[in-house]
Amino acid sequence: MGRSGSDGTLVGRNLLAGPEPDVAGDAGHRDPPPRTGFFTDTSVCIGCKACEVACKEWNAVPEDGLEFTGMSYDNTQGLGADTWRHVAFIEQDRPVSSRPEAEGVPSAEGDGGMRWLMASDVCKHCTHAACLDVCPTGSLFRTEFGTVVVQEDICNGCGYCIPACPYGVIDQRKGDGRAWKCTLCYDRLGAGMEPACAKACPTDSIQYGPLDELRERAAMRVERLHGMGVEDARLYGHDPEDGVGGDGAFFLLLDEPEVYGLPPDPVVTTRDLPSMWRHAGAAAAALAGGLAAVFAVHGPRGGAR
Amino acid sequence: MSTSDVGREGIGGARPGREAMIGQGGHRPDGRRGRGGRRGRRGERAMVPDAEFRSYYGKPILNPPVWKAADIAGYFFLGGLAGAGSVLAAGAHWTGRPAAARALKASSLAAISGSTAALIHDLGRPGRFYNMLRVMKPTSPMSMGSWLLAAYGPLAGAAAVLDVTGLFPRLGHAATAGAAAFGPGVAAYTAVLAADTAVPAWHEGFRELPFVFVGSAAIAASGMALVAAPPRETAPMRTAAVCGAALELGATKLMERRLGMIAENYREGTGGRLMRAAQALTVAGAAGGALLGGRNRTAAALAGAALLAGSACTRFGVFHAGMRSAEDPKYTVVPQRERIRERAAEPA
Repeated sequence: MGRSGSDGTLVGRNLLAGPEPDVAGDAGHRDPPPRTGFFTDTSVCIGCKACEVACKEWNAVPEDGLEFTGMSYDNTQGLGADTWRHVAFIEQDRPVSSRPEAEGVPSAEGDGGMRWLMASDVCKHCTHAACLDVCPTGSLFRTEFGTVVVQEDICNGCGYCIPACPYGVIDQRKGDGRAWKCTLCYDRLGAGMEPACAKACPTDSIQYGPLDELRERAAMRVERLHGMGVEDARLYGHDPEDGVGGDGAFFLLLDEPEVYGLPPDPVVTTRDLPSMWRHAGAAAAALAGGLAAVFAVHGPRGGAR
Repeated sequence: MSTSDVGREGIGGARPGREAMIGQGGHRPDGRRGRGGRRGRRGERAMVPDAEFRSYYGKPILNPPVWKAADIAGYFFLGGLAGAGSVLAAGAHWTGRPAAARALKASSLAAISGSTAALIHDLGRPGRFYNMLRVMKPTSPMSMGSWLLAAYGPLAGAAAVLDVTGLFPRLGHAATAGAAAFGPGVAAYTAVLAADTAVPAWHEGFRELPFVFVGSAAIAASGMALVAAPPRETAPMRTAAVCGAALELGATKLMERRLGMIAENYREGTGGRLMRAAQALTVAGAAGGALLGGRNRTAAALAGAALLAGSACTRFGVFHAGMRSAEDPKYTVVPQRERIRERAAEPA
């Protein structure tokens, strides 16, 4: 664990997709601390939005307008340049548990038939982060904690990271022009403090810590929920074998990811980049060769029609 | 939480006499599934029944590009015009077609200057455009493109200026050859720029999109030659327009077939209208150029203008198709669900 990248070679390895146990080391950090991240257990989220507020306060994220949406109690709507934590609210006409005889459940008719899904979404700090890969200025970088951060003194607002993100996290700040997103409180981590959202969460729905430990804890939590009859409980973004090599911030969900506005099978777009360059190379060669052939057929002027 | 409802008929339901506890609520044995979200509805009627999918209140999953159509689709068009124009210019240069060569070199210089201006204009912080050359990153098509432009731009500029002024002819030959060497790259890489995103209509078409783009580039540059050069010199360009049109239309068809339901974005909405206009203009321009462009200067100019407009429509069509596919969660969720189903069906 925590193996430095300096003793392992980067040559001949696929660094664009698949599991990558030492992201910080591979990014050039020597003897990095263990990779840290978030486990957001939505089964205990109460929708208090303390995380949204703590994030805005600590990071001095500006307000971005207030609009009534009618989407349950969610007027925030989604992640963006000025929303780095977003609490989703989904009202469903179905019970939480499939086991009515579970202990402690009241027997009165007419209640308990609905459930309220609440989930605090955040930047996933992907193992293979498309935003970082496509950034042309090097503004986005991998920190020693394995997280992904924008350097605002370098970003020139080209906007490439925005459509590259398979989760719709990063966005351009209006009137500012640069791209902004969750830093996983890089400044707090450096001072040995936990991120503001995790600190403020009253139910420990947001847990911060070493990723390996969080994954273990999450697996146990899912098992426990299944035992209680909450068969819908599932992990999302925990698997290093997934399309982004696993998320640095992963979730326990109670329904399909798309219900929370998350993509069901995200893939880092740069996984296919070598093939893209090959196809573009073939197309460029076809253009050069094709036009050369056209001139060869026509010959010098005066020789042909 | 309370499940009682207050309506016109009074209070329905009952208040629970308990604390809410996760994992211990719930006793509706029928387990009815609620609607997790609304369908993403648009003003248009789909040709096929809407695929069933769930979403968060119909909100897009992706953050759509913040790129402006005039800047970025305009850049795709101008980059293609410049890149393919440099190849045609070199061909004309070495086959005794000096007027066509000069016109194409001048148009390539103008086009690459215009596209650089468009790129800088589109930046959120235009004053920091020089940060584009801060690093060289093969994983970022925009970084590679910036370096490509940095190499190609001066060559295209030198080729044009030395041709028009007649100074340093040997240097002019070298610049013409150099611009022709980098030109195809400039024309093709913009397809990677678009495809290397999570935008469904761009990413899923990454195999065919470069061929669509170089075909479109050949069409634009041939069209420019037909507009700006005398018909006695443009015979190869008229052939190139026909070949470019065949390549572009063929690659577009293949791409739409591969895209499946995502191809709707190339048939409906603004993108669909532009793609249809592109097809009509391209076919008319290529056919008009081939049949009449060798005899009549006016006909040649009209055919050339149609080819230029057709190429521009293709680029704006691709741009808008991508925007539309990013703004509707359907095009993110349904293909990904399909992928999961296929994986599950595969024997391990």
